[in-house]
Amino acid sequence: MDFQPTQEQEDLRAGVRALLSRRFGREALRAAVDRAEAGGAGGVDRGLWRELGGAGFFALRLPEADGGVGLGLAEAVLVFEEAGRALLPGPLVATHLAAGRVEGAADGTAVVTAFDLGDRPAAAAGPPGRLVAHLAEADAVLGAGAGGCTEAPAALLPAARPVPSADPLTPLHRVPPPGPGPDARLRDEGALLTAALQLGSALRTVELAVRYAAQREQFGRPIGAFQAVQHLCSGMLVRAEVARTAVYAAAVCADAADRAGAAGAAGAAGFGAAVAAEIAGAKLLADRAAAANARDCLQVHGGMGFTWEADVHLHLKRAWVRAEQWRTAAAAEEALAAELLADAQERGREGASYARDGSL
Amino acid sequence: MDLAETEEEREFRAGLRAWLAKTLPELPPRPSPDDWPGRRAYDLGWQRRLYDAGYAGLHWPAAAGGRGAGPARHLAFLEEAERAGAPYVGANFVGLLHAGPTIAAEGTPAQRARWLPPVLRGEEVWCQGFSEPGAGSDLASLRTRAVRDGDAYVVTGSKVWTSHAEIADWCELLVRTGPDAPRHRGLTWLAMPMDAPGVTVRPLRTLAGSAEFAEVFLDGVRVPVAYRVGAEDDGWRVTMTTLSFERGTAFAGEVVACRRTLGALARAARANGRWDDTVLRRRLGRLAAEFAALWRLTQWNVSAAERTGGVPGAGGSVFKLAYSQARQELYDAAAEVLGADALALEEEWVRERLSSLSYTIAAGTSQIQHTIVAERILGLPKGR
Ligand SMILES: Cc1cc2nc3c(=O)[nH]c(=O)nc-3n(C[C@H](O)[C@H](O)[C@H](O)COP(=O)(O)OP(=O)(O)OC[C@H]3O[C@@H](n4cnc5c(N)ncnc54)[C@H](O)[C@@H]3O)c2cc1C
Repeated sequence: MDFQPTQEQEDLRAGVRALLSRRFGREALRAAVDRAEAGGAGGVDRGLWRELGGAGFFALRLPEADGGVGLGLAEAVLVFEEAGRALLPGPLVATHLAAGRVEGAADGTAVVTAFDLGDRPAAAAGPPGRLVAHLAEADAVLGAGAGGCTEAPAALLPAARPVPSADPLTPLHRVPPPGPGPDARLRDEGALLTAALQLGSALRTVELAVRYAAQREQFGRPIGAFQAVQHLCSGMLVRAEVARTAVYAAAVCADAADRAGAAGAAGAAGFGAAVAAEIAGAKLLADRAAAANARDCLQVHGGMGFTWEADVHLHLKRAWVRAEQWRTAAAAEEALAAELLADAQERGREGASYARDGSL
Repeated sequence: MDLAETEEEREFRAGLRAWLAKTLPELPPRPSPDDWPGRRAYDLGWQRRLYDAGYAGLHWPAAAGGRGAGPARHLAFLEEAERAGAPYVGANFVGLLHAGPTIAAEGTPAQRARWLPPVLRGEEVWCQGFSEPGAGSDLASLRTRAVRDGDAYVVTGSKVWTSHAEIADWCELLVRTGPDAPRHRGLTWLAMPMDAPGVTVRPLRTLAGSAEFAEVFLDGVRVPVAYRVGAEDDGWRVTMTTLSFERGTAFAGEVVACRRTLGALARAARANGRWDDTVLRRRLGRLAAEFAALWRLTQWNVSAAERTGGVPGAGGSVFKLAYSQARQELYDAAAEVLGADALALEEEWVRERLSSLSYTIAAGTSQIQHTIVAERILGLPKGR
């Protein structure tokens, strides 16, 4: 067991970080926000999208024989973590999942979104229809139409209604309930990659908080010398580290499950129960880390944190969006509970003969 | 990044599983929590069985009498032992998990030869005499004095909250040898025999009603200079090694125990109908995610330490913060499953719930861990 990233994995991460800081640094982020606020497109920069495609971002897990990079989820989560750190907008997960299914997804010439918001079709209450992100900018939608595969947004758009979004860089439409939605396998992978984005954001807000706490002075010293501030920051790191190991472990286990049963890899049934539970846990903990860290980061920034100029609100709003994508906390907790019970009953039979203490 | 087991590790696990299945039914009944001699005998008996079967000191270096196994095997051992419901390290906690590793890392060959084999064979029990009435979080302010007299130190002062002091043979003792030096510079780490003249142990009752720890009074106790680990006045550095083991890896097995308890809770909730409560069920689901992640964090920290030479870093504080909180939440959830039965002290989970209140205090409070993370990992300016 060597759970630490390999040198190749570190290099891959560094490469993506360098690309993103060159092509989507703070200035580009703020410019995208300004454009979106002025009523422009919702944040997908087609040029950057193609560049990401060229760098293998979307084709990362496509077999080399199919023009992909042939890597696994372990590498994908490191790459998505970097995208989350940079607050890169757009349907990154859906396009990555569409590589090999939708023409142009693999090389970034197509933008693919998905019916990934919420866990099931909207309940009777509330406005009719479901929310979809980035619909107007997309070339295809994963999980719509017959067979849960793809459909051109042109078919959906006429019936879709744009709705203002909490996140300036995630435009939303409400559409009539489409087909059955993405299959279990896509949901698991989508949840894991989204968790990786959340993780990147959670780690980034720790850095932003620590940097601000070391610079900002009050009472004649940096606020980071005050324990109340220190403890906010360390709590953020704890959440992020717990989420990090959950995300990495889920990815490693999913890859191992794929290697063990190569045939099942292409199936729609999803991973086995144990891996699905790991992914659910990773999503749950990463959602929490991203949202709670953004809040605490905002608190460390004081009044500055409440301004539009500070990036903190962008992290928080995106974290809220992602928490609704692919698998919500409620669904994750229910899945984990079900797996816990199934596992415990299995083990109860196995271990009953020599359980310690009567209560077990 | 992998969590894969080698063929050898799989074999190790299978062999261990078979041994546990055979051995555990042969164990004598567990003594009652208040029966201290019984507990000592039981815990040492278990350690002896481990030793005879070749499972003692798995992760200790070979030079220290251990088996020099990698972290994967050590963690596999903890996992399998807990899964099978094997006894907890109990009285052997300090010896096996932090005094022993400290001596292995800092002791002379003679010291290793004297102290380590009896720990592994289950012959001697250690306790930890660091805290004092006036020095808990602020450990470096301790006042117990040790004055050199020929080939011995003469130790005077008192220690408190010393776990298992009543049944210990040895104490890892931190004393002040340099009264005029800056406070971190004048400390020394000694191994003190608990039966030395001048040592008085007075049990302290905990809020759980038991006497888990004690006050220890030291009145002119003579400790041979040969029992000093590390240099005179260099005890703070040695102590940092001890604490990194204490926080870094010592709780790993307990994470598995918590997962086991969580599974038992799910079964109990299913049996008494509480499982139908969505809020409670979701809470148990969330705890399952926490403990799964804590196990992964253990693997992460251990494999990180492995790359840098074996002594766990400040990452142990990250782990301890998350673990101590999750463990307290676990027993709160248990109380919800039990309902009014959670008031009956005969329930194991209720006693555990009371004990778990110590987790955010013992081995460094959560506040102290937060400060360590902020200053040593995040590099924030030093506070006061
Ligand atoms: C069950 C149990 C077993 C123990 N076993 C042992 C043992 O075997 N050997 C041993 O040596 N010790 C042992 N201890 C002692 C333990 O290490 C101390 O209790 C602990 O380090 C806290 O010290 P204290 O109790 O003096 O609390 P204090 O230091 O007085 O702290 C009181 C409160 O103030 C806070 N506080 C103190 N300083 C700061 C600061 N700088 N910043 C922020 N907050 C601060 C603390 O977090 C805490 O909330 C044990 C304790 C328990 C509960």
